[in-house]
Amino acid sequence: MAEASALLEVQDVTKSFGAVAAVQGVSFPLFGGEAHALVGENGAGKSTIVKMLAGVHQPDTGTLRLAGNDVTFAGPADAKAAGIAVIYQEPTLFPDLSVAENIAMGNQPLTRLRQIDRKAMHATAERLFRRLGVHLDPTRPARGLSIADQQLVEIAKALSSEARVLIMDEPTAALSAVEVARLFAVVRSLRDEGAAILFISHRFEEITELCQRVTIMRDGKHVATELVADLTVDDMIRRMVGRDLSALFPKQTVEPGEVMLEVDGLTREGVFRDVSFSVRAGEIVALAGLVGAGRSEVMQAVFGVDPYDSGTVRFQGKRLKPGSPRAAMAAGIALVPEDRRQQGLIMELSIERNVTLPRARKLARLGLLFGGAEREAALTWTQKLQTKLGSLSDAVGTLSGGNQQKVVLAKWLATGPQLLIVDEPTRGIDVGTKAEVHRLMSSLAADGLAVVMVSSELPEVLGMADRIVVLREGRVAAELTRAEATEESVMYAAMGQEVAA
Amino acid sequence: MAKRLASWDSIIILLTLAVLVIASLAVDNFGTSRNFTFMVLDLLPIILVALPMTFIIVTGEIDLSVASTLGLTSSLMGWFWNQGLSIETIIPLCVLIGAIAGVLNGFLITGLGLPSLAVTIGTLALYRGLALVVLGDGAVADFPFSYTGWVTGTIADGAVPNVLILIVVLALIFGVLLHATPIGRSLYAIGANAQAAHFAGIRVARTKFWLYVVSGAVAGLVGVLWTLRYSSARADNGAGLELAVVAAVLLGGVSIFGGKGSLPGVLAGVVLLTALQNALRLEDVSGQALNIVTGALLVLSVLLPNVISSIRGNWQRRKLRQSAA
Repeated sequence: MAEASALLEVQDVTKSFGAVAAVQGVSFPLFGGEAHALVGENGAGKSTIVKMLAGVHQPDTGTLRLAGNDVTFAGPADAKAAGIAVIYQEPTLFPDLSVAENIAMGNQPLTRLRQIDRKAMHATAERLFRRLGVHLDPTRPARGLSIADQQLVEIAKALSSEARVLIMDEPTAALSAVEVARLFAVVRSLRDEGAAILFISHRFEEITELCQRVTIMRDGKHVATELVADLTVDDMIRRMVGRDLSALFPKQTVEPGEVMLEVDGLTREGVFRDVSFSVRAGEIVALAGLVGAGRSEVMQAVFGVDPYDSGTVRFQGKRLKPGSPRAAMAAGIALVPEDRRQQGLIMELSIERNVTLPRARKLARLGLLFGGAEREAALTWTQKLQTKLGSLSDAVGTLSGGNQQKVVLAKWLATGPQLLIVDEPTRGIDVGTKAEVHRLMSSLAADGLAVVMVSSELPEVLGMADRIVVLREGRVAAELTRAEATEESVMYAAMGQEVAA
Repeated sequence: MAKRLASWDSIIILLTLAVLVIASLAVDNFGTSRNFTFMVLDLLPIILVALPMTFIIVTGEIDLSVASTLGLTSSLMGWFWNQGLSIETIIPLCVLIGAIAGVLNGFLITGLGLPSLAVTIGTLALYRGLALVVLGDGAVADFPFSYTGWVTGTIADGAVPNVLILIVVLALIFGVLLHATPIGRSLYAIGANAQAAHFAGIRVARTKFWLYVVSGAVAGLVGVLWTLRYSSARADNGAGLELAVVAAVLLGGVSIFGGKGSLPGVLAGVVLLTALQNALRLEDVSGQALNIVTGALLVLSVLLPNVISSIRGNWQRRKLRQSAA
């Protein structure tokens, strides 16, 4: 391979969002005729790299070099014009347009009368599909195509604009084995024609099968770029997760009490299947797994926000009414959801209203909310959690991410729960607040609260949890005790690899 | 306090007071007790229908079928009367039929998940059509004077119309419900972010369903009052009233996108609209010109709050930037 002829080079790029550095000083080359894997944990900065290459974000510092020249992309159109095409996990086709129209979108062939030349459009689509070796009818609408077929249409679209760099962000996450094989055949033929492929995946067998080179990222930083042939899967995983487990996560040891929550054979078709676990008082149980493994969905079904098809949820021995958050709340369950902005808070409403929303019924006297009962309750709980705020009547959207999270926690702790479900409790909040949240969870557990924590952050999972339930593709892949759990064992279970001796 | 003063509902309340004061000084006969009675009777249908409409718009939905429900109950009232039913039976029956009209709306919107705008435009046509089937273009007029006289009469033959009691009582009930009960809190939550409301244990669909039932029942009641006021049950009674109601609610500062607004603001919006029309009519302004005024007010009511909030947003951003620097 000609080392000198990098088609596209990422050089020492850095990108921050607010105070969070998503990518810090990452460099790697993409060579023509080569498939290059980009791996890292959730939140390692892979998506940010993709978005910079796609022209969605601009690097703060560092450069992108295309065939030896520095380039800046003011927007996605620039990246496209430079020959970079991105295939996302969820394709973005126009469902009501035909396959051929989707491919030609943006540069439709015209007749002499300035009409769209449908014949030429269909001919182009057919020529592209022949080149890819797939059979798709160009005249059919994109609606109803499988995800795999939609990706092929996206690839055809990329080819029609003469893309030389193809970036694929977890393209195989939603594909069956047969579809993956077909996609790989297409990608290999493009690679052999001289295109550069950047391939992002959590599945190591795919990386070893398809890619020649791999770049490993961790916490936004570049760890290594090596030939895939020189590394074992073990090496890759170790470098992805290898970092010091700091003493930031102080879970106190608590003698677990009686069983609070029993989930048995919980199934929701197409989302999760036969999920069983239990949680005792004083225990923190973590639900780990990759994004999309079904962790949040399981807990939302337990709380009743989402429905489920079969299985049972028991709380303190009594069967919980399915599909009713109100029943769950009455039983003593609280859920701090994953998406603060959409699920946890009502951004336009005041801090006071947000904190007291689930409890308004309890605070009312004779059904009325006169006087300061709400204000008082909101004040008590925001102070207890040391929330930094101007006035309780300010819209909650004016607070910082960390303080918003405290408001969500206040909102649910105020209901006096016996089981607290927290979904990504420290996502997008600063280190200081993170430590506070961890201390809080630990002391709540010490007071006899049962806690279920969904988290994508391995150090958090390992530091906080008494037991870890690992989900993979909607099923329980492993249940590990605190003693058994290491970064490697959790990642192995989450990714479906055998634990190497 | 500055925030309070700058909010749209307080602006509209002040504006309404100003219009009332200026009109009583400048327009002959505006301040007379006779005119006051007329104005209250003109207010009556708009204000009563606006109460549940405010709730519905706060949750981010709409009910355009109210005036047709009114027409339907008005014609049924005439038909029942012709069948020889007693007025004491007819009135609760009409309210019940209004509620049933609301059940259909509520089921289509929350049960089947159809958009409320489309559903209630459909039932707007449907209910008015049914009204015409029931009564055709005829009218029934021989209702007992003890009832028609009560609706148009005043307390102890003084200056205070009987129906004002009804308005005050219902406005108080709806006001307290919206502003000082858990139900009111949940309506704002639903309108601002239905998903977060669901996560907080609020039964979004069920709440909306009952709002449509209440809206239908109130429209049924107003159908009765309308019929008694004019002593005339007709299929086209109240035609177009839904637009006046929506205009008044929006003018009162309720956001058409849901989650914002107050009942005092809405009451002021209704009074402002009616008082302006009344004053202009006393000045012999033509009907077309009245429509222009109503339309212009509606456009302003949607435009101004946006302008105000963007000005305030700029001001706050500047303050934030200064405190950051």
